[in-house]
Amino acid sequence: MTDGRLLALLALLPFAGACLPALLHRRSRTTIAWASAAAPAAALAILVFLGRRVFAGEVVEASRPWIAALGLDVAFRLDGLSMLFAGLILVIGLLVILYARYYLAARDPFGRFHALLLVFMGAMTGVALSDNLLLTVVFWETTSLASCLLIGYWSDRADARAGARMALVVTGLGGLALLAGAILVAQIAGTFTISELNGMGDAIRAHPHYDIALVLILLGAFTKSAQWPFHFWLPNAMAAPTPVSAYLHSATMVKAGIFLLARLYPALAGSDTWFWIVGGTGLATFVFGAWAAVFRHDLKSLLAYSTISHLGLITLLLGLSSPLAAVAAVFHLINHATFKASLFMAAGIVDHETGTRDLRRLGGLWKQMPVTGLLALTAAAAMAGVPFLNGFLSKEMLFAETLALPDVGFARWIVPIVATAAGMFGVAYSTRFVHDVFFNGPPRTYDRTPHEPPRWMRIPVELLVLGCVAVGIAPALTIGPLLRVASGAVLGGPVPQFDLALWHGFNAPLAMSLVAFALGIALYFRMQRQGRLHAAQPGAISGHRVFDVIERSVVRFAGWSADRSTAAGFQRQVVILVLVALAAGVAPFAVGIPDRLVVAYAPMTPVAIAGWLVLAVATALVVATHRQRFTALILTGAAGLMVAATFAFFSAPDLALTQLVVEAATVLLMLLALPHLPASTPLESSSVRRLRDAAIAVGVGVAMAGAAWWMLTRGGASISAEQAALSVPAGGGANVVNVILVDFRGFDTYGEITVLVIAALGIVAMLGRTSAGRRVDRAGPAAASDPSAEPAGQGASTGTARSPQVSAHSPSSVPPDDDRDPEMLTLLIRGFAPVALLVAGWLFLRGHQLPGGGFVAGLVTAVVLSLLPLTSGRSAAGDNPRTDLHRTAAAGLAVAGATGLGAWAFGRPFMTSAHGHVDLPLVGDVEWASAALFDLGVFLVVVGTVMLMLDGLGRLRTERN
Amino acid sequence: MELLVASAIGLLSAAGVYLLLRARTFPVVLGLALLSYAVNLFVFVSGGIRVGRPPIVGAAAGMTDPLPQALVLTAIVIGFATTAFLVVLALRLRRETGSDHVDAGGDAP
Repeated sequence: MTDGRLLALLALLPFAGACLPALLHRRSRTTIAWASAAAPAAALAILVFLGRRVFAGEVVEASRPWIAALGLDVAFRLDGLSMLFAGLILVIGLLVILYARYYLAARDPFGRFHALLLVFMGAMTGVALSDNLLLTVVFWETTSLASCLLIGYWSDRADARAGARMALVVTGLGGLALLAGAILVAQIAGTFTISELNGMGDAIRAHPHYDIALVLILLGAFTKSAQWPFHFWLPNAMAAPTPVSAYLHSATMVKAGIFLLARLYPALAGSDTWFWIVGGTGLATFVFGAWAAVFRHDLKSLLAYSTISHLGLITLLLGLSSPLAAVAAVFHLINHATFKASLFMAAGIVDHETGTRDLRRLGGLWKQMPVTGLLALTAAAAMAGVPFLNGFLSKEMLFAETLALPDVGFARWIVPIVATAAGMFGVAYSTRFVHDVFFNGPPRTYDRTPHEPPRWMRIPVELLVLGCVAVGIAPALTIGPLLRVASGAVLGGPVPQFDLALWHGFNAPLAMSLVAFALGIALYFRMQRQGRLHAAQPGAISGHRVFDVIERSVVRFAGWSADRSTAAGFQRQVVILVLVALAAGVAPFAVGIPDRLVVAYAPMTPVAIAGWLVLAVATALVVATHRQRFTALILTGAAGLMVAATFAFFSAPDLALTQLVVEAATVLLMLLALPHLPASTPLESSSVRRLRDAAIAVGVGVAMAGAAWWMLTRGGASISAEQAALSVPAGGGANVVNVILVDFRGFDTYGEITVLVIAALGIVAMLGRTSAGRRVDRAGPAAASDPSAEPAGQGASTGTARSPQVSAHSPSSVPPDDDRDPEMLTLLIRGFAPVALLVAGWLFLRGHQLPGGGFVAGLVTAVVLSLLPLTSGRSAAGDNPRTDLHRTAAAGLAVAGATGLGAWAFGRPFMTSAHGHVDLPLVGDVEWASAALFDLGVFLVVVGTVMLMLDGLGRLRTERN
Repeated sequence: MELLVASAIGLLSAAGVYLLLRARTFPVVLGLALLSYAVNLFVFVSGGIRVGRPPIVGAAAGMTDPLPQALVLTAIVIGFATTAFLVVLALRLRRETGSDHVDAGGDAP
């Protein structure tokens, strides 16, 4: 396998791996954990294998078009930055899988958790490796979705649902902005390929649309990376299980925004707009998050605000736009992921062991959990920036960069001061994290007795902390090479000299660190001693408040408008709907009718006039008699038959056939339903109301007649000349209507038969509940006190409540029911049925060449098969639901779908008919077979669904007996 | 002939809309059926009204426009499915509420 293919495999492996835990969800938690670790482990192996080329200074690429017209390619590119980020995602992902094995409770759905985690991992790897900005957006949105589902993993908790919703809304809106920005950038540069964009930085920055594009992309990045003022979703996302917080909300997903800034650094960075927006936002977030974190009482909330602060730090570094700052940003991205993930895991262990995360209740845990305490202490020290740990190095680099700012006004001195202040708060909350949990007095009593966690639960923490220490002590040996290739990829050019030594002499950055340490520790203990810290109430968080207000107003507005439109009742809604449709239809004509008559009138014939009269009289009578339901139904059927005749008269034999059979089926259906409804409609509307309705109806009628008249007398070219011309050569059928249905517009038809199946399933579901309710009612008083339920023409049979169970057990012993089994009809249908089925088969077979086809053949078959059992007063399968009908419909969909998919086997798009694409000696036979197979699917769907509907209603009738 | 077709469509839609505005489920179902006749006819005749020219390749007289026919054919079948759905919905409503008024289920939770 080539390296390019390996790269594509690497990107897709986690998605494939997500199926494993989903399939194994019933197995033990250890099995599921092993299964879900398989794909990331394999992906990591590939990454390491490909990494040799990256360290040698090469890049690995793989690309193939997806939607060429949009410029969307499935393009992956492995360079230093993407290797670093993908490695981070996979390594921490594996550790989280191990950790989650012990963290989640036995009742939590384990398979779902891991499947979602792997989907997220795949999306994240995709973001890291994508070399197409549109593809990045696709993966980006997938991470938002997966994050939302993982935050809401404990879906029975209200805070989890609210947090999930908020995260999705904020990051989703940011994703939309990002999409707009990506399209704008691509329009400026003429490509979506990221590596090409990065080569055109000067041209992009000089373009007048640069500022808009930049702001849009930054909106996406800032919402994702929880930058102020969009940070508020992150603390609310802490309702997620702790492995999710450790993985998504500290190590990986929140870094996606920063990764994007780094990825597009050569293309976008370097302008004043970039410096002020990115640097300013980063600085504000850095200090705000650190300050807010000090006052959080919830362990995870403290970590969340600390994460916000560190994300701000990295953003600030990228905003500074100097090569060394970019190196520091990449360095801190790695460091933060290691120490923050381990801190989250430690917090999870504390929560797991004590049952609380409240810093005011915790304390003195050092005695009970010394190892965990030591690990947490080390990681927190790295977070605070203590020497010999990785956090110290990147923080020193930051301080040095803030001092090296070019002369840009007040920023020159304000940035170092604010950065030192943020560092001070960072020391304060790190101290608090350790002191409040593990020291601060004697051990407390909790709901359970805390002790060290299972060995394997601590291993991920240990490995991460080991990383902190190793990088902190020997940076050049451990992280140096990786940092060099990653920084090179960010800068898109030569990497500046940087010195990863521990000791740079006593210089200004070290002084800033010392000040931050002294003040930070003093600040914490001073507030702690005065008891002010534990009494502090977190102030109103503006962003959160604004979000709540907006969300509530939107929901209230939606509720208000729904109430307004539905409270007045169904009739009012229909009136509004009809009037709006009428206005929309008439509006264009109000401007003026554009042209005069262009076609000659077709002559009126006596037959047409006679037909018109029958139709008009039937329609008018339906309205006149509509309160007598049976009569109105028969008259509607008559009108339908005249419509069928119209189709036949105007050269549409297929439509006529279909309408004819549908009319029969509809009348049959309604006849089955009528006994369960009142026989007549009461006169309810006032005469004014009826006059108003009549006025609306006449208005619509006149408008429709006018529109039809206008359309018929204008003429115009048909758009289907091509289809008519291609019907025989390309579709292999002379019946153009059928060829259009099963070939040219086969995908449409596929959608339509799917709708049929859905409608049938809905009917079955509703009827199922109805018959269940009916059984209960029969015993209760409800049925007796419902005289209007008395069906027309059933009076004689209601006394003989024959049990359906009896008839199902011994159908032959049931005495003939004279009331409902007219001998004539039974004989007629039984004699007629074979002939009718033969006709159906004939219609089906000739469909492609002559009028007929799957729809009408299916309708005929269904009606005949449904009539047969109905004449004996029972449904075909007694009282059991007809599962075979479900299967018939499903098989139809499967056959039609498989025919469409079959084209893929020949390298053709979905639903391509076989004609002309299969080079076999008997080409004619093959093309015929492909379309006919699809039509067979249509046939089966129609048979299954129509019979399901009629059978369901028929069963209702049986049960009523 | 155009006049006949147009007026028939108008008549069917007027009757359909009037029944659609009634307060009970059964007339609404009938009204919807009439309205769909009207709409189907409307779409169908957008291909022009021709007598004796079915859209079968090979006929000497030429053929009418096949595309509206294909559209209407599936519309007829789907129309049947929605009618059936509506009928069963009406039955269910009656079962749950004891009434066949269109707003009978309106206040149910």
